[in-house]
Amino acid sequence: MTVTEDLVSYEDALAAFDPVMGLEVHVELGTKTKMFCGCSTELGAPPNSQTCPTCLGLPGSLPVVNAVGVESAVKIGLALNCEIAEWCRFARKNYFYPDMPKNFQTSQYDEPIAFNGYLDVDVEGETFRVEIERAHMEEDTGKSTHVGGATGRIHGAQHSLLDYNRAGIPLIEIVTKPIVGAGAKAPEVAKAYVAELRELIKALGVSEARMEMGQMRCDVNLSLRPIGREKFGTRSETKNVNSLRSVERAVRFEIQRHAAVLGGGGTIVQETRHFHEEDGSTTSGRIKEEAEDYRYFPEPDLVPVAPAREWVEELRATLPELPRVRRQRLQAEWGISDHEMQSVLNAGAIDPIVATIDAGAPADQARKWWMGELARRANESGTELSALPITAAQVARVCALVAEGTLNDKLARQVIEAVLLGEGDPDQVVEQRGLAIVSDDSALGAAVDEAIAANPGVADKIRDGKVAAAGALVGAVMKATRGQADAARARELILERLGVQG
Amino acid sequence: MTDLTRLTAAETAAKIASGETSAVEVAKAHLDRIAAIDEKVHAFLHVDTEGALAAARAVDGKRAKGEKLGPLAGVPLALKDIFTTEGVPTTVGSKILEGWIPPYDATLTRKLKDAGIVILGKTNMDEFAMGSSTENSAYGPTGNPWDLTRIPGGSGGGSSAALASFQAPLAIGTDTGGSIRQPAAVTGTVGVKPTYGAVSRYGMVAFSSSLDQGGPCARTVLDAALLHEAIAGHDPLDSTSIDAPVPPVVEAARSGDVRGLRVGVVKEFAGEGYQAGVMERFNDSVEMLRELGAEVVEVSCPSFTYALAAYYLIAPSECSSNLARFDGLRYGLRTGDDGTRSAEEVTSLTREAGFGPEVKRRIMLGTYALSSGYYDAYYGSAQKVRTLITRDFERAFGEVDVLVSPTTPTTAFPIGERADDPMAMYLADLCTIPANLAGNAAMSLPCGLAPEDGLPVGLQIIAPALADDRLYRVGAAVEAAFTARWGHPLLEEAPTL
Repeated sequence: MTVTEDLVSYEDALAAFDPVMGLEVHVELGTKTKMFCGCSTELGAPPNSQTCPTCLGLPGSLPVVNAVGVESAVKIGLALNCEIAEWCRFARKNYFYPDMPKNFQTSQYDEPIAFNGYLDVDVEGETFRVEIERAHMEEDTGKSTHVGGATGRIHGAQHSLLDYNRAGIPLIEIVTKPIVGAGAKAPEVAKAYVAELRELIKALGVSEARMEMGQMRCDVNLSLRPIGREKFGTRSETKNVNSLRSVERAVRFEIQRHAAVLGGGGTIVQETRHFHEEDGSTTSGRIKEEAEDYRYFPEPDLVPVAPAREWVEELRATLPELPRVRRQRLQAEWGISDHEMQSVLNAGAIDPIVATIDAGAPADQARKWWMGELARRANESGTELSALPITAAQVARVCALVAEGTLNDKLARQVIEAVLLGEGDPDQVVEQRGLAIVSDDSALGAAVDEAIAANPGVADKIRDGKVAAAGALVGAVMKATRGQADAARARELILERLGVQG
Repeated sequence: MTDLTRLTAAETAAKIASGETSAVEVAKAHLDRIAAIDEKVHAFLHVDTEGALAAARAVDGKRAKGEKLGPLAGVPLALKDIFTTEGVPTTVGSKILEGWIPPYDATLTRKLKDAGIVILGKTNMDEFAMGSSTENSAYGPTGNPWDLTRIPGGSGGGSSAALASFQAPLAIGTDTGGSIRQPAAVTGTVGVKPTYGAVSRYGMVAFSSSLDQGGPCARTVLDAALLHEAIAGHDPLDSTSIDAPVPPVVEAARSGDVRGLRVGVVKEFAGEGYQAGVMERFNDSVEMLRELGAEVVEVSCPSFTYALAAYYLIAPSECSSNLARFDGLRYGLRTGDDGTRSAEEVTSLTREAGFGPEVKRRIMLGTYALSSGYYDAYYGSAQKVRTLITRDFERAFGEVDVLVSPTTPTTAFPIGERADDPMAMYLADLCTIPANLAGNAAMSLPCGLAPEDGLPVGLQIIAPALADDRLYRVGAAVEAAFTARWGHPLLEEAPTL
């Protein structure tokens, strides 16, 4: 294994070379059962408890196609603007590996269910069209845990544990055409593509697409060509790049590494590379001296899949509004900048904000709370915004209480805190904690009198006409009432008591 | 007293249903027969005495309670060791699965059990059904009951020998290129390869998925039809299973009327390599069909010449992939796992030790045929030939209702004669392979003994896909006419073991 790599700076690399990328994304579908048998796909079950003769590849067992898996594949294809095959077959990809029970993977080869599509992604205000080569159906492998080696890989391990619960879980592999023309933005384009694809998959409801759970996995192919040249260079294939940030880093690292090799007069070997989360580097895996021969042939145990055109059109008609279109619509409705919209997206706040608006809150208020106080708290507790124990309806109620003057922002934050702590709905919290604004003149009057008495110097200044100094007394009133005072009314009372016109 | 082992399945079922005998008595008679003679024949790899008696007792119990019994309830059967049987060893004739106890029943096994059929045990076969003589079994050859020094056919030689030696009135075979029909032909029994997809392949260990087809084996056409009806039908666990009603095979077997039926003699199935006595008996059969009122014409299927070549590319290609799962990691044999070797090395040693020479030959052939750069020339061309053969059949069935030919070019050859000559062995399936490639239904039934060696000759009948009932209609007519001519069933002439 190569331990260190010579790199050139990113700027120097881009000055001499033009990057070409290819992204292969595997998405685990959220079907209840596996692709070719009736076993559950639930995560977290004890090893090998969700298996049967078919997904264990026992002699005599046969596959049967999961209809929901095909439907999901067609939906993904349609959402990626692909053509849907009128007739296609599964194929066997033959190679030996212990976590693959049949020693062939049931996949698709030259007849993918969806092909020739595209996905538009936005990078820094610019739209970039990523062309899709194909989306095909296949099954996942089991999971190997190699024990006793230094690397966690099979070579050097003392023994290996195999869990076939994952074997046969439906996968859709989405392959881009070569992505050219991204130039220096290549890492951002790659990241934006994977992010957009993830949003799309989630919007379609075909998978939760949680990268940290391995439900979406990315392979990054990259090559460089001298600027101005047509022909692609030799590519490297970095496997299992499994977060958005890692996609960006892997592309960046490979650009710098390739540039160093090519710039030094060397040649890139076509090889598989491993990505390292710790430092964003890649290291050499196995070298592909010649293209691996998977001896693909049509799967004789399955009949062809022929999605009827009427059915495809029915599915097309039921597709939800796609994420990018929806974002554009919301951004226009909310009247916010590209940058602000990007922040909302990055925070995972779109759905909570929309739900809060639907529950009656004004858009700016909904956005303010989710992107402010709630985002801060989610960040602190390390949870997703959508996982906070507060509902959109509760946030909307807080907005309403502020709007009607029952709460000010400071009190509203306390109400939110209490809701998050499980103290009940906003109204209950206001009631129980006694958090409503004090605007009743008698209660407020006493506090104002106290503030004046305690700050004679300030009071004199105000009497002398320095009205701005009233702020200090308002502050004292707020402090005394633990923020519950109606600040505007307190100011009026102070000026009234001191005989000054506001 | 009647010898219960000499009865047909239909007679046996009738006697059990009427209470004249019990399923347990029938099972015991057959288990006794197996114990007495199978040492000589070696039809069985595993005899499930306990399971058979328990199944027989269950049938007798049902009858005692007045419950309705199926048409084959209590009838014993010899099951080819290629179907999984929960709790009972399944080896596929290979060392690589020695000692494997499947955790599940094949759909066919379950159907047999549901029908009250008593499974006596598992029969010998060429390893992974690759062969035409049962000599490729890792557990030693089976003898032909007509002459124990000769082969009983293959790959289902255990099943055919069990029938011909009266160890069971019914058996199950599988036919990828002739493994039901050729053994039936050389043992004087009846074997049917149903239309591809008629009998579920779930739980049938795969050799060549697009060709493999399970089917009934028996001593009479009616018995085969009764068994056909019991095992056929749509299975949601097998995607290639036909979702249509089973053709009326039993009704056809009871009618046996061929008047007005158009019968085609395939011109290409004659000439060099065909034993004179085989052609003599075949010509008798054609004459017989004419006498029975059928209209006989000659038809030509020119692409059949390439069938054997196409078969020996398609079947090995599929087997090279199907047999990849035998890696010593999850079940069956594991060789060389001494703690120092890698998984890859153990897999390699296991496959080296566990597969026999013919299986290795076909895995290598198939691996080569599917390789990048060779795929189009080999696997691709073979698929084209397959299409041409299907078209030849379609054209022929536009003119005639069924086709007939000898089942196999020669009678049973001596054990060892072709063991070192794969090409000679492959020629045994010359006439049977086209029906597998096209997915048609086909039957072999006895049509007499070859004068030069006194060994049985088989008549093959081929029907279009989904028209399996025609086989039984023609088969029943021919069987009745020959039995009347001979004065007894052909197997009466076999030596007593």
